[in-house]
Amino acid sequence: MSEPQQKLIHTFSALADIGQEVAHKYNFHEMIRTSFHLLLGSLAIMRGGIARYSRLGNELNFLAVRGLGDDFPVSTSIDPADELEFLSAGMSPIELSQAKMLIFFQQYQPIVEKKGIELIIPMIVHDELVGLVMLGEKASGEPFNSADRAIVQAMARHIGVGIYQRNLMMELERKAEQNRRMYEEMRLTYADTVKSFAAAIDYKDKYTEGHSVRVGKYSELIARQLDWSDERIEGVAVAGYLHDVGKLTVERNIINSPQRIDAKESAELNKHPAVGYEILLPIHHPYTDVPLAAKYHHERLDGRGYPDGLSDNEIPYIAKIVALADSFDAMTTNRPYKARRPANEVVEDLQRNSGKQFAPELVTALCEGMLSELEGTSKDRSFRKLLGREYMEASEMVPMLKDILNGINATGPLTLIASH
Amino acid sequence: MNLENHVRLDGNTAVVYANEYLNKIMGERIERECRDRIASGCSRLMVSFRDTEIVNSIGISILLGVIDAASDADTEVLFTDVNDDIAHLFETLGLTRHAQIVASLN
Ligand SMILES: [Fe+2]
Ligand SMILES: [Fe+2]
Repeated sequence: MSEPQQKLIHTFSALADIGQEVAHKYNFHEMIRTSFHLLLGSLAIMRGGIARYSRLGNELNFLAVRGLGDDFPVSTSIDPADELEFLSAGMSPIELSQAKMLIFFQQYQPIVEKKGIELIIPMIVHDELVGLVMLGEKASGEPFNSADRAIVQAMARHIGVGIYQRNLMMELERKAEQNRRMYEEMRLTYADTVKSFAAAIDYKDKYTEGHSVRVGKYSELIARQLDWSDERIEGVAVAGYLHDVGKLTVERNIINSPQRIDAKESAELNKHPAVGYEILLPIHHPYTDVPLAAKYHHERLDGRGYPDGLSDNEIPYIAKIVALADSFDAMTTNRPYKARRPANEVVEDLQRNSGKQFAPELVTALCEGMLSELEGTSKDRSFRKLLGREYMEASEMVPMLKDILNGINATGPLTLIASH
Repeated sequence: MNLENHVRLDGNTAVVYANEYLNKIMGERIERECRDRIASGCSRLMVSFRDTEIVNSIGISILLGVIDAASDADTEVLFTDVNDDIAHLFETLGLTRHAQIVASLN
C-alpha cells in the first residue's frame, strides 16, 4: 500500500467512525472522548480541546482537552461579540492569526500561543453555536493543508451534531420535569379542593360528621386490596370524598332530622345522587368515573337501589366500591335515629347482603383488609384509626372475618358448578 | 482488562504492551498507566506492538498522549515490535519525529 493511500484510509476510517459514534453512543461523555481521540488521531494532532457553548451566560466549557496544560481554563465565558464572529465564520476553521482579534483569544493569548493552537473550528448546528474545537500542531510538523481542514471540519460537524442532540435531549428532560411538577401541583390543588368539598358536605350534616372523608378512606382501603395502581386508587378515594356532594342542595333540616323522615322528605333526600352527578359532571377530573360514583352509590346489585334501579352489570364498578364504603360507614357510626351497630352485626350484615346489595369480591376485599390489620400481616393502622381500637379489636372479629371470607368463597361460582 | 499483564519493568525502562486495546476507548488506561510510570521516574518508555496488527485513529491519539506526557518529563519513548504497516503509518503521520522505532525486544 502506498503511503498517501494508507494515510487516506486511516483518516477516512476516523471520519466514518466518528459518524457512528455520534449516531449510536448512548453515553454523551464517552462519545465526546472517543470522538476527540478520533479527531486528534486522524491527522496525528498533538493537542487540542473540545468545548461546549451555552448561550445561557455565554459559557464555554471544555469537555475534552489534551496537552493544553493546567493553566488552560476548563470553563470560561466568551463575549457575545465573539459569538457573532464565530457564527459568521460558519464551520470554516479559523487560523489563530485571524482569531487574535477576538476578545476570548486576547484574554488567553499567552497560553494559546505557548501551546501552539493553530486552528479554531466553531461548531454550528441550525445557525446555533454549540461549541468550539481547538487544534494544535500536527506530529509531522507540517501545516494543515486544505484537505486536512476539510477533514477536521467534517469531524467537527459530526461532534457538533452530537452536542446539539444532547442539548435537545436535556431541554426535553427539563420540560418533562417542569410538566411533571406542574401536574403534581395541579393534583395537590385538586386534592385540596376535593377535601374542602368533603368538609363542606360533612359540615352540613352534623350527625354524620366526617362521613365523606371516611367513605373516601374506606373506598381507598378496598381499592388497595384489589392491587390497583396508585392513580386508580386515588380516583376511587376522590369518588368516596365526593359521593354525597349532592346533599349540599338538600334542605339542612331534612339532612339533620332527628327522627325518620317522611316520604316527601325522603324523595327530596334521594335526589342527592343525581344532583351530585350534575355538580361533578362539568368538572374536569384527573380520574374517570367520579361523577358516576356519585350518581350510583345507592344502587344495589339486586336492582332494588336508587335512582335508576340498576342491576349488577349495569352499575359502574367504582360506584359499587363507594356504595360498600358508604354503607359500612353508616353501620359503624352513630346516626340520629340509630346507634352504631356492634362489629359482629356489621360483619354479619356484610355477609348476608353480599351478592344482593354488595359485590362479593368487594366484601372480601374489605374483610381481608381488616383481617390483615388485625393479624398484623399489614403494617397499616387505617381501620383502627377510623373505627377506634376497641371496636376493631372486639374478641370475635378475627374468627368472624375468617368465616365470612370462607363463606363468601364457598358460595362463589366455582363451588356452584362443582356441586352440580 | 488487567493491566498487570500489559506492563513490565526492566530496570529504569517500563515496557507497555499496546495490545488490541490501544484502538478502543479502553486504551486510555494504557495512557494513564504510562503517565503513572513516567511520574514514578521511569526514564524510558517502550511501547511494544507485539500483539497489535493495526493502529487506528484512537490508537494514534493515545500514543500522542503518551508522547505528550513523556516530553513534559524528558522521558524517552521507543516503539518496538512494529510491523511494516504500522511503521509506515507512524512515519507518514510524523510520530517517528517524537518516538523512535527500535528492533524487537526478543
Ligand atoms: Fe348518599
Ligand atoms: Fe353517604
